[in-house]
Amino acid sequence: MLLDNNKVFHRKKILTIFLICSGILVFLFGRLVYLCVWQADHYSKMATALHERERSIKAARGRILDRNGTVLADNMTVCTVSVIHNQIEDPEQVIRVLCKELGLSESYVRPRVEKYSSMERIKSNIDKETGDRIREYDMAGVKVDEDYKRYYPNGELASKVLGFTGSDNQGIIGLEVIYEDCLKGEPGTILTVTDAAGIEVESAGERRIEPVNGNDLILSMDANIQSYATQLAYQAMAAKQADSVSVLVMDPRDGQMLAMVNVPEFDLNAPYELPEGTPTALTDKEKQDLLNAVWRNGCINDTYEPGSTFKIVTAAAGLEEGVVTPDSTFSCPGYIMVDDRRIRCHKVGGHGAEDFVHATMNSCNPVFITVGLRLGVDNYYKYFEKFGLLQKTGIDLPGEAGTIMHRKENMGNVELATVAFGQSFQITPVQLLTTAASIVNGGNRVTPHFGVRSVDAQGNVLTSFEYPVASGIVSEETSATMREILELVVAEGSGKNGAVEGFRIGGKTATSQTLPRGSGRYISSFIGFAPADDPQVIALAIVNNPQGIYYGGQVAAPIVRQLFENILPYLGIMEYNQDNEQN
Amino acid sequence: MRGKKRKEQSEYFFDYSLLFIVLFLLGFGLVMIYSASAYEAFQSFQDEAHYLKRQLIAVIIGLIMMIAVANIPYHFWERFYMVGYLIAMALVPLVLTPLGVESHGARRWIEIPGIGMNLQPAEVAKLAMILFLATMVCKMGKSVRTMKGFLLMVAMPMPIALEVYLITSNLSSAIIILGISVLMVFVASPDYKKFIIMALIVLALAALVVYMVVSGSDLFAFRGSRIRGWLDPESDPTDTTFQTLQGLYAIGSGGIWGKGLGQSMQKLNFLPEAQNDMIFSIICEELGLFGAIAIILMFIMLLWRMMVIANNAPDLFGAMLVVGVMGHIAIQAVLNIAVVTNTIPNTGISLPFISYGGSSVMFLLVEIGLVLSVARRIQLKEL
Repeated sequence: MLLDNNKVFHRKKILTIFLICSGILVFLFGRLVYLCVWQADHYSKMATALHERERSIKAARGRILDRNGTVLADNMTVCTVSVIHNQIEDPEQVIRVLCKELGLSESYVRPRVEKYSSMERIKSNIDKETGDRIREYDMAGVKVDEDYKRYYPNGELASKVLGFTGSDNQGIIGLEVIYEDCLKGEPGTILTVTDAAGIEVESAGERRIEPVNGNDLILSMDANIQSYATQLAYQAMAAKQADSVSVLVMDPRDGQMLAMVNVPEFDLNAPYELPEGTPTALTDKEKQDLLNAVWRNGCINDTYEPGSTFKIVTAAAGLEEGVVTPDSTFSCPGYIMVDDRRIRCHKVGGHGAEDFVHATMNSCNPVFITVGLRLGVDNYYKYFEKFGLLQKTGIDLPGEAGTIMHRKENMGNVELATVAFGQSFQITPVQLLTTAASIVNGGNRVTPHFGVRSVDAQGNVLTSFEYPVASGIVSEETSATMREILELVVAEGSGKNGAVEGFRIGGKTATSQTLPRGSGRYISSFIGFAPADDPQVIALAIVNNPQGIYYGGQVAAPIVRQLFENILPYLGIMEYNQDNEQN
Repeated sequence: MRGKKRKEQSEYFFDYSLLFIVLFLLGFGLVMIYSASAYEAFQSFQDEAHYLKRQLIAVIIGLIMMIAVANIPYHFWERFYMVGYLIAMALVPLVLTPLGVESHGARRWIEIPGIGMNLQPAEVAKLAMILFLATMVCKMGKSVRTMKGFLLMVAMPMPIALEVYLITSNLSSAIIILGISVLMVFVASPDYKKFIIMALIVLALAALVVYMVVSGSDLFAFRGSRIRGWLDPESDPTDTTFQTLQGLYAIGSGGIWGKGLGQSMQKLNFLPEAQNDMIFSIICEELGLFGAIAIILMFIMLLWRMMVIANNAPDLFGAMLVVGVMGHIAIQAVLNIAVVTNTIPNTGISLPFISYGGSSVMFLLVEIGLVLSVARRIQLKEL
């Protein structure tokens, strides 16, 4: 029996224990409220991330189409085979089947099947039939996911312009890189709920986040012109045993590129195949260097000395500044003294007395040196800059090279004299084409470009790409004079091989010796536009290292002539009345 | 108290509320053990009810023992206080003999030959300690109130607590044994000051250890990682911190309403010991805040019933027995929920009546039997 006085403090103490314990339990409940209410989102998110295995679904990449709707880059369905280690029931069978169906060696497949990982990719980009066959084995732990692979229906057409995509469908070179954001879309995901060991919980099902497909890209390129220009380039390359031939075709009015050819092209569906005849034993780096050379777009990635085609720029600057008129007369003794240097004309005997128009038709170096010297370094540099030659053209292709030019303060009369006829500095072909186009189109510096607009799957226009135009780089009058002079160059002068019967063509030839001088290597080029009085198409052909005859008028001009013969009617540029022709 | 009557009463008290609460917790525990363990049980034993069956057998044996103990007058046990103490002392080192069973990387069980069940000596020690101290308090009478008596009372459980900690490296059981003892001494002694000072010293020591760990001392290598994991469970989710973090995921993803019974994701092998120490987080995940409050309320009611019984116990021995049991259940429930909610560093403590564990539930039921036995001696008039 308890004594009364004992009981009092015992009861108090027991009550104290009860109250303290209850108090702590209530406090812990408060903590639970905090965890379940305030922290719930945080922990559920982390838990969901832990429970769900994700497999991504590739978004279909947007197609690339030419101006007429011809598909240049498309997608085809391919499969990716992966294994999920924890779900494999018969690893030996899995290894055997995968080796057989995918043509892989066991030493490649086995470690991947046996690797303890949540998901291991065995091979991607296999064709759909193989994927279906593997699926039919119905092996536990083997997943065959369908996705898309880039496919180029025209093989090597415009390979260096379009570019190709890598294994993750991202652009590697060319337009595929520049328009990546427009083309790529948003990949989706399949989320599967799994237990800690990675085994799918069947009752939980799958959650799919659907991919958003990429948008189609419409180019200004015309597949027909591109393909015809490619043929011509290959013919010229074969006929002249040249290293490479480039052909650029542009609409001078707005800078839309109709074609850009760099032969040899490569097969876009097998971009990693090295050209035939390369040694097989290569280090990875050597191989990569070779591939980079194969993929290089000479029209924008490489610079060259433009030579006489650049006289268009010197002439336009001289006319604009008023230091020369078409009627100005000159005399060419076959050379000209600049300071203490004697610079020769290509015609050793000299052209004798001639006016400026004939000097251009003859491509007479001493006359253009004289014009350059009359302008002076400051003025010449001013026009060089005004024509946009110091900046990149801004074409929508990656890796455009900049102009390599003398610094103004290092430019003396000798440098000025050589620049005036297109030597001792380097620009890209696309820069020359754009500058020439801007001079003959009325003086508007356009931005060369391929991308015109992006459209969604239903064909609704999402974005029309805008490109800057700088107007007034030369006056309309100078531009008109230039068109007349350059038409005469083709009609009666050095560019007569560029003439197309029934059309008014303007143009200029060039033959430049590559550095180092005396190597016997030449670049022959011709720039031509039509119709001469209202240019709607301008083309530049460059033949790199032709064998035998190397004059631009003989080697490059015929390429442009043949091109124009076919594409001018095709483009709907009407034949002119014979009465309007000057004969 | 006033109006004390010594008349013989034929009506004795049986605490049905207490019995109901215990049965509710046991039933609830069985359901949750099945829910939490079925997935893993099927993987390991091809039998979803593997853990459920074993626990059910332990519960049935425990209930039979509880009824038996409830019907034996509790003074019967008084004479065994020293035997119990010595048996507990002797059983703990047995885990080192071939009888010992290793599980989850710790050697804390001994096999009872013949019936294929494992016994955790620490559970025996808890019960033995309650009986021993209750008897000692009565024997010492008023000398408990002296400083010498106090120190003696605090010193007596030390050997067993040390044994449990050192031999089975089971810090949590050692803490529980000490905690039960301190609570019993607290009730037996009329003093408050000593205990407040003791509590403050313990808190100060704990704070010091945490401070030293945080400032980078290597003194507590193993416990240190637990404390660092406790302070920031998301920093380095390995080992014990992993378990804590997985528990928090479960609680957090359950939210207010829970995912529904059987819908836990964390029990799919993510949360180690889901049916055992961490079962409360599965309860939170499946039944939400409301499942949790139901359990917490049940424990508060259980403590309240035991307080009522202790306060009305016919004698000091009975009262002390009930206080011991009450302290045992209160400490385990509080520590378990505190671990699960990451309020204190992770240490393995099971939730009384609910967590999977045969020895634990059987000995708890024997303790409840003692409490019921005390309750039966309460004369209704005294209530």
